[in-house]
Amino acid sequence: MSTAATAGALAAGTLHRAAESPGFLSPTGVEITFLLVGLVTLGAAVVTVTTRQLVHAALWLVVALGGLAVEYLLLTAEFIAWVQVLIYVGSVVVLLLFGLMLTRAPIGRSPDADSGNRWVALTVAVAAAGALVWVVVDAFRTTWIDLDGAPSGTTEVTGASLFQHWVLPFEALSVLLLAALVGAIVLSRKAKAGSERGAKDTAASGTATGATRTRRDQEGAR
Amino acid sequence: MHLAYPAVLAALLFCTGLYGVLARRNAILVLMSVELMLNAVNLNLVAFDAWLSRAAEDTLHSGQALALFTIAIAAAEIGIGLAIVLAVYRNRGTSDVDRLRDTAEGHDPDSDATGRALPAPAAGEKAEATA
Repeated sequence: MSTAATAGALAAGTLHRAAESPGFLSPTGVEITFLLVGLVTLGAAVVTVTTRQLVHAALWLVVALGGLAVEYLLLTAEFIAWVQVLIYVGSVVVLLLFGLMLTRAPIGRSPDADSGNRWVALTVAVAAAGALVWVVVDAFRTTWIDLDGAPSGTTEVTGASLFQHWVLPFEALSVLLLAALVGAIVLSRKAKAGSERGAKDTAASGTATGATRTRRDQEGAR
Repeated sequence: MHLAYPAVLAALLFCTGLYGVLARRNAILVLMSVELMLNAVNLNLVAFDAWLSRAAEDTLHSGQALALFTIAIAAAEIGIGLAIVLAVYRNRGTSDVDRLRDTAEGHDPDSDATGRALPAPAAGEKAEATA
C-alpha cells in the first residue's frame, strides 16, 4: 500500500458515504469543521514526527494536541477537551520541553534526528494506515453520530457517570499517580557516587517538577 | 456526523505516531510519538462514546471515563519516561536510542565503544553542570 492508496481509500470512503448517507449533498457545518481541523491536526502530527528541529517538534505537538481538543469539542465532549488542554498542552508539552533542554538538545537542525531504519518505519506505518483506514471505513460506512439534542459530554454528565460508576478505578488512578510521583523522584535522584552538591540540586529540581506535574494531573482528573 | 470521520482521523494519527516511534532516534521524540498514539486512542474513545450514548438507552459513559483515565496515565507515563531518559542521559551522555544497545542480542563492539566509553565521562560532567 502507498500513500496514494490511503488517499484513495479516504476518497472512496467519502464516495461510499456520500452515496448512502441521508445528508449527501449537504455535509453539515460540524462535519466540514471537523474535516478542516482534522487536516490541520494530521499535518501538525506529521510535521512533529518528521521535522529535524527538536524544539519545533514539541511546538508542532502543541498544535496537534490543541486541534484534538477542538475535535473533542465538536464531538460534544467538552470536559475532556478542557482536560486535554490543561494536561497535554499545559503540562506534558512543558515537561517534554524541559526534557529537551535538560538533555542539551541542539537548537537548530540536527541531522541525526531520524534513525537509519526510517524507510522500514515508513513502510510499516503506511501499511498499517492503509489497513486500518480500509477496515474502519468499511465497517462504519453507514454509521452516524447523532450530535443534536443535549450534549453527552458536559461536565455534569461526565462527573455524574465518573462518580457513580467509575469511583473505584478513579481512586486506583490516584494511587497510580502517587506511585508515579514517587517513582519520578526516585529515578531523578542522583546516585551517591556523584558530587554532593549536584545531587542535592538535581533531587530538588526533580521533586519540584514531579510535584507540580502530579498536582496538575490530579486537578485535571478531578 | 459520520462516524468514519473521527475513526479515520484516529487511525491516521495512530499510524503517524507509529512511524515516529519507529523512525526517531532521540528518546524524547519517541515519547512525543507515543503521546500522539495515545491521543489517537482517546479520539476513538470519545467518538464511540458520543455514538453509543445515543444508540444505547442507558450508558455508563465508559468511553469518556476511559479517555480521562488514559489522559491521566499518559501524564504519569511521560513523567516516568522523562525521568528515565534524564537518568540515562546523565549516565551515558546520550539520549539516542540507537546507541543504547547494551542489552541487544547481536552485540557489536563498534557501538559499544562509541556509545559507552567515549561520551560517558565528558558528557556526565556537562549533565551535572546543566542540572
